Amino acid sequence: MIPAAFDYLAPTTVEEAVAALARHGDDAKILAGGQSLLPVLRMRLNAPEVVIDLGRIESLRGVRDDGDAIVVGAMTPHSVVGKDPLVAEHAALVSRAVVHLADAQVRHRGTFGGALAHADPAGDLGAPALALGAQFVIAGPSGTRTVAADDFFVDLFETAVGEDEILTEVRLPKHTGWGAHYEKFVRVAHQWPIVAIAATVRTEGGVIAEARVGLTNMGSTPLRARAVEAALAGQPATDEAVRAAAAAAAEGTNPPTDLNGDADYRRHLATVLTRRAVLAAAGA
Amino acid sequence: MTALEDRPDVAQEIGRDRRRKEDARLITGRTRWTDNLTVPGMLHLAMVRSPFAHARITSIDTSAAAEATNVVAVITAADLGESQGACINAWPITPDQVAPVHLPMAVDRVAFAGEIVACVVARSAAEARDAAELVDVEYEELPAVVGLKEAIKDEVLAHPELGTNKSALWVFDSAAAGTGGDVEEAIATARESGVVIEREYRQQRLIPAFMEPRSVVVDPTGEQITIWSATQIPHILRFALAATTGVPESKIRVIAPDVGGGFGGKLQQTPEEMIAFAVARHLDKPVKYTETRSESLVSAHHGRDQIQKLTLAATKDGQVTGLKVELLADLGAYVAIVGGGVPVLGAFMFNAIYKFPAYHFACQTVLTNTTWTDAYRGAGRPEATFAIERLMSELAEELGVDPLEIRERNWIKHDEFPFTTVAGLEYDTGNYELATAKAKEMFGYDELRAEQQRRREAGDTVQLGIGISTFTEMCGLAPSRVLGSLDYGAGGWEHASVRMLATGKVEVVTGASAHGQGHETAFSQIVADRLGVPFEDVEVLHGDTQIAHKGLDTYGSRSLVVGGEALVKATDKVIEKARPVAAHLLEASVEDLEFSAGRFSVKGTDAGISVQELATAVFAAHNLPDGMEPSLDADATYDPINFNYPHGTHLCAMEVDTETGAVSMRKYVCVDDIGNVINPLIVSGQVHGGLVQGIAQALWEEAVYDDAGTLVSGTFTDYLLPTAADTISFEIDHTTTPSITNTLGTKGVGEAGTIASTPAVVNAIVDAVRHLGVDDITMPCTPQRVWRAIQEGGRA
Amino acid sequence: MVRISLTVDGAKVSDDVEARTLLVQYLREKLGKTGTVIGCDTSNCGACTVHLNGTSVKSCNVLAVQADGAEVTTIEGLASNGQLHPVQEAFRECHGLQCGFCTPGMIMQSADLLKENPNPSEEEIRLGLEGNLCRCTGYHNIVKAVQHAAAAGGAQ
Repeated sequence: MIPAAFDYLAPTTVEEAVAALARHGDDAKILAGGQSLLPVLRMRLNAPEVVIDLGRIESLRGVRDDGDAIVVGAMTPHSVVGKDPLVAEHAALVSRAVVHLADAQVRHRGTFGGALAHADPAGDLGAPALALGAQFVIAGPSGTRTVAADDFFVDLFETAVGEDEILTEVRLPKHTGWGAHYEKFVRVAHQWPIVAIAATVRTEGGVIAEARVGLTNMGSTPLRARAVEAALAGQPATDEAVRAAAAAAAEGTNPPTDLNGDADYRRHLATVLTRRAVLAAAGA
Repeated sequence: MTALEDRPDVAQEIGRDRRRKEDARLITGRTRWTDNLTVPGMLHLAMVRSPFAHARITSIDTSAAAEATNVVAVITAADLGESQGACINAWPITPDQVAPVHLPMAVDRVAFAGEIVACVVARSAAEARDAAELVDVEYEELPAVVGLKEAIKDEVLAHPELGTNKSALWVFDSAAAGTGGDVEEAIATARESGVVIEREYRQQRLIPAFMEPRSVVVDPTGEQITIWSATQIPHILRFALAATTGVPESKIRVIAPDVGGGFGGKLQQTPEEMIAFAVARHLDKPVKYTETRSESLVSAHHGRDQIQKLTLAATKDGQVTGLKVELLADLGAYVAIVGGGVPVLGAFMFNAIYKFPAYHFACQTVLTNTTWTDAYRGAGRPEATFAIERLMSELAEELGVDPLEIRERNWIKHDEFPFTTVAGLEYDTGNYELATAKAKEMFGYDELRAEQQRRREAGDTVQLGIGISTFTEMCGLAPSRVLGSLDYGAGGWEHASVRMLATGKVEVVTGASAHGQGHETAFSQIVADRLGVPFEDVEVLHGDTQIAHKGLDTYGSRSLVVGGEALVKATDKVIEKARPVAAHLLEASVEDLEFSAGRFSVKGTDAGISVQELATAVFAAHNLPDGMEPSLDADATYDPINFNYPHGTHLCAMEVDTETGAVSMRKYVCVDDIGNVINPLIVSGQVHGGLVQGIAQALWEEAVYDDAGTLVSGTFTDYLLPTAADTISFEIDHTTTPSITNTLGTKGVGEAGTIASTPAVVNAIVDAVRHLGVDDITMPCTPQRVWRAIQEGGRA
Repeated sequence: MVRISLTVDGAKVSDDVEARTLLVQYLREKLGKTGTVIGCDTSNCGACTVHLNGTSVKSCNVLAVQADGAEVTTIEGLASNGQLHPVQEAFRECHGLQCGFCTPGMIMQSADLLKENPNPSEEEIRLGLEGNLCRCTGYHNIVKAVQHAAAAGGAQ
């Protein structure tokens, strides 16, 4: 219940944080909202020598409109993102997912960037970010760089953020007018999703013009169901058509087996939930 | 025994929705949980636990830990020797029961993952934990046996020195006992001319998961050793500590301060308590140990874990003619305080509310390399109720009869009480017809059946099922003579004291030790009514062996029906003690006095005196009858003459998503008959909470081990307790058929909801997908299991 | 050791703490605010819920140093001027507690819920309490208590 001892740093700028990270390297761990990190430290599954708290860096908080994208500061709490009107209007899929993430208390503390950088394959934000084609702005010793969503999630708990880098903001390309739905399947409410589907579609007169579908917990990273997306394009938003397209939802996935279900069951769930998510997103 | 008719006429408190006295402190955080307590100079313990399910300890190197900051000592079993005592097995169900010695701290071998091998004592809990990481234990892994079906083979032994995993075989046979016929004959006849239902059901392993982790503080300074513990059983713990450590009982004071739930899970003499006791004595310093949740899940005892092989015989018109029950019950690595006997508590309940003529029960208890098992809410009775209520629904299906109808054909009619069952118990009262009729109406049974039919015909994705459970249970543990006949190590009485204080206030002491049940409120209501004093003037004390010097604590739905009866008797003694004083002061003869609403009055006059005024007069003692002691206090110890038998009809509607296997509860109605109710508000809370624990067994909870004996569901992330978002609001009501075995006419309610609800839920799920070829789903009914059952069109 | 200064239940406090000290440990061990309790080690149970700068958090999942400069309200500071908070009243009135161990967290989360949504539906109440485990009540009377508090103007 008590973490092993560590030194604590609370930089107030990104530059200070990057410098601190450069100084301590492997021995340091970044503390964002702490909602995943602190349980790990309490259970002593990890014992960093230094914890660098980003909580005092004001510039990392907030949501802004940046032309073709909505930009979410990495340290913006989930509860703020969930209520943000810009996100709701232009990246509805994120709004739909973030309100189901964990519980109210965790959403008050946990941060948008922290959850994405943690890269738990069962996390609720990876699939929406992937589906929306988010771009990740990363600061490091040699300045900032931007990584596309497709390249961001590398493996289980591993992203493109280097050991000397910090995720500072996430750019969500505007999907204004797109319908969105996040279909989360759990046994009890406080559980990580067994499988979840993030779907957002643009419809034109009852026909799905474009669709983006992200899968949660169907592999070691969040996944895009590209075969489904391709099959949906140009199809009517009917049960029959969507059912046919959703049958491909588990293609190329490698879901885990655990107490809540085996891989085969998850593959099956993915097809059912994808159909439901797409239909809901299309308002059908 | 006092008859019902003898109750005082005035009953203004009993039956009233009193808000609880306990709540004022609990809603404001002014609580006394054990972990809140600090004693000057107190040291903190951290336990070093085995990661292996079965291993020989080859060496323990404590040197690095001993040198860590603020570490006072690192203690192993070798340091404590015999002073660590042993955990007791209080219910050796057979004379030849095989049971390993259970030392609190392992000496040279561990038998489950989580067993304690060393203990670090430091000035802070954090430093104790830091140093515990430095204790270097070398193990030589031994093969571990996990799971009943593996263990029963006796190929891998949980305790090699015992030569077997089989602990005890306990048998009840109605022909042998003279309570009924021969079950084999009944089955043979049914095979020829009736129906036989054969099933194997699994009662998965559960974890009580009380919300307050266990904590213990031991202070050996002073003349007595004082122990504060988050326990249900301060009195039994004191006895057990004395009996196993040689410290005289009179030198031990056990206090259970505010205790955050138990559900049977804190009915234990735990290794942690024993180690804290031994270490405090060893160092002569106060110590505290508070477990983490992960430690709790792996070391506090588990519950259930049975495989039930069942054979039900019936005639073609649905009359049950016999039931044969063959159980395997997993004890875990050690025989816990009453763990050996939990299945035996169920032995008398498989026949439930039904009056069939032949019954055979055999239970083989088995040792494995897993956490020990013991009482969990219902303890033996939920397992039995599940089995029979599932079987009755299967029988109904087999015969094409409505499941309520099949039950009615077999249950004891209300005019047949008292009724001696095939298991040999005498049910005093009951009215199954009434409770069922009421439940059926509240539920809208016929309408829901019609909707179910419509949905089946339409082939809806989401199907509807209706589940029934018409349960009874034996509670009010327990008549001491019965316990003796079952080889239980103690009695089943309860003690109470009622003391009139000088100001007229009343101090009530009960040996029942509450941990959320609301004794302070309900017992105040009983005394206030009986004694005719204001509710607010009654103070109920409990949970401290120095205040409540006698008691057998709280479990088995016993506090009200046993402890409450002791209270009634003590209160009545006070009234009788006061009577001659009243007569003396009123200058009347005792025969001319009547007692009503707290007042003695002279018949036919206005002259009178209240019992509270008498208390002051007795305190002053200026003018008492000759030879009268100046005291209006009384004690009573009550040993119940029988169990009592609450019953009820529970109806549950479940929806099953046939595409995903997800289930959700649509409606839950229950009508329980728990006799007279002291506080309806408290009773409703007991029912709601009980229901959810039973529902949780059906749907969510399971302690899962891997083959190596590691508890996979070892945190709240994996051991799934439901939240508010997973449950619904219930529709509950009751019928009132008073028990005639106690003065108040009450029956136990603490376990009723849990016992009844599990089969109602599973029956409903199976009913929803029966037409798809499913006749059983193993608990917990996870979406995957439900989906697979549908896919396979059979059992999963 | 790190120096922290914060306001807890209206009182200004300042202490040197180890960086690893959790807010809940600071409250319980240093300040004696034992009304806030610890029920698990994975942040599932919510028993330790307090308000940090006006919103609910699990105090086992916040370091004390992160609360430097903040305002913390615990179950012990929820009543004001001797008047119970409407949610506290409602929990007693509706028998929304039995053993009472989850109650501090349950009440603090319910108060937060009503502040955000003064007239929640039953479903919104149930979802709003998904981060708090109770083993005694089956949640039935907890939900009723929140409804009762809402009707009594609990969103204060």
